Amino acid sequence: MNSTAPAIDVRDLRKHYPNTPDGTGLSGVDLHVPAGGVHALLGPNGAGKTTTIRILTTLLRADSGTARVTGFDVRTQGRQVRRRIGLVGQAAAVDEVLTGRQNLLMLGRLNHLCTAADRAGALLDRFGLTDAADRRVSTYSGGMRRRLDLAAALVVDPPVLFVDEPTTGLDPAGRRDVWAAIGDLVTGGTTVLLTTQYLEEADALAGQITMLAAGRVVARGTPDELKARVGGDWLEITPADPAELPRYREIAARVGEPVDRGGGLAVPVVDRTRALVTVSAALAEAGLDPLDLSVRRPTLDEAFLQLTGPASTPPATATAGPTVDEVSR
Amino acid sequence: MTTTRDRTEPMLGDAWTITRRQFWHWRAQPGGFTVGLLFPVLVTLMFGALFGGAIAGPGEDYYSFLMPGIFVMAMLFGLETTMTAVNTDASRGVTDRFRSLPIHPAAVVLGRCLADMIYTVLGLIVLMAAGLALGWRWSDGMTGGLTAVALLLMLRFALLWVGIFVGLIAPGPETVVAVQILVWPISMLSNIFVDPATMPGWLGALASWNPLSATATATRELFGNPTWASASWVNEHALLLSVIWPVAITAVFAPLAVRAYRRLGG
Repeated sequence: MNSTAPAIDVRDLRKHYPNTPDGTGLSGVDLHVPAGGVHALLGPNGAGKTTTIRILTTLLRADSGTARVTGFDVRTQGRQVRRRIGLVGQAAAVDEVLTGRQNLLMLGRLNHLCTAADRAGALLDRFGLTDAADRRVSTYSGGMRRRLDLAAALVVDPPVLFVDEPTTGLDPAGRRDVWAAIGDLVTGGTTVLLTTQYLEEADALAGQITMLAAGRVVARGTPDELKARVGGDWLEITPADPAELPRYREIAARVGEPVDRGGGLAVPVVDRTRALVTVSAALAEAGLDPLDLSVRRPTLDEAFLQLTGPASTPPATATAGPTVDEVSR
Repeated sequence: MTTTRDRTEPMLGDAWTITRRQFWHWRAQPGGFTVGLLFPVLVTLMFGALFGGAIAGPGEDYYSFLMPGIFVMAMLFGLETTMTAVNTDASRGVTDRFRSLPIHPAAVVLGRCLADMIYTVLGLIVLMAAGLALGWRWSDGMTGGLTAVALLLMLRFALLWVGIFVGLIAPGPETVVAVQILVWPISMLSNIFVDPATMPGWLGALASWNPLSATATATRELFGNPTWASASWVNEHALLLSVIWPVAITAVFAPLAVRAYRRLGG
């Protein structure tokens, strides 16, 4: 591995799918991932996350742009790239008929390890699968399969590991297991690029996040930076009498910049509790009795809308369904 | 980093690893393994015992006529094995994992070929043993018999590429099932069971030109078993056609399969 090269370096990557409705996979993605740590590609379905992973793992050819992994071009130096990467795809790509040990043994041999059997044993141990090692994978739980899948990608201890939606379809226990396993990798010095649809997951695992939407990068930064930009809550106020709206607006302006939404107001707020307390106190003082006063978190879709669309798009114009905090009327 | 044995990819070694994976499959699923081997025997009994009395073969004994036809049919059945295995790997992401490994791209396909050919040989041994027990004999010496076996394996090898191709382009198991059903009319529409001369003209022509008919007639002659008495050009050149057909099928489907495999990469 070239120690001066970044783990992943992607410039203006483009991929067009002629047979899909919108036809666009990637329209000019840039990505820079230094060696070490976890980097998350965050985005909704169809954002281009999997396409990016498939191009970087040499499974798919880009139409244009360059992509380098540990300094090697994925298009012209695929073989060198494949020696340095591990891939954990969306579907647990393990052979269900074989046992966990056989799966790892086979991959060890295909990676030309001298000590495939020892390596398989060590990985099974590390991922807590020793007891199930000689059972068929078809008897494994979702979390166990996913862990075996991770182990399979680590047979050669690759410098760069790609993980495509590691916890989709897992129960909370399985998700915790996988998160812990990914956390362990980083301490071992592996660079991990993972994709996820969950801001929460990216927040828990990644040091850096790149947000994708419709084949473009819409934001990048640390989880805190991104949450500050998109993760803010919305305070929603519905007056009992629409004529009183200007008075409501005046009060709402104390905690943020209110925008009109339907018959009421929506205010992006930083501290949800304080905003709620401040506004309700002020409303009571002014003798105003709103029909509804609630705080809700934006969905990821809304976050994307906010990043891609006009700066202050109120959440209710988003296409997403209501979140748990929203009060239905 | 973990030490690896060498820098170049040993294609044959990798192919053998893929083949050994199939041995593990067989050991893990002895039921499926055995049923796959015995199914053609069942078909033999079905046709021999149920229809044998009603269908008139060209010789005294229906089995000595039927067996080479069943051998050919078994080669066609093998298509399902290949197709299903390839499709399962592709749809489960196993193929993608192989493609992301530092192995020669041909190793995966070669390993599959080897495993399927081994299974075919095992199946043929079982089927021939069953045939011998039922009274089928080959009477034209060792050379003829071995040439016949070689022709059968050649047909199987050609169909392997069809299986890989269909397995790769099929969107899911449903398509594979549809193709599996087609295996029956394709084998019926040949001279395996019935003389094409008894069929309506165009259907008979289709049956005569069926690649399966060529191999069936050629192997019958090589085993010294009775064949349909027909002076048609296809019947008289069965041996030649039984070589040309598999070569032609391979020439068409091997590149198609390779292309489909590459197409996985868009």
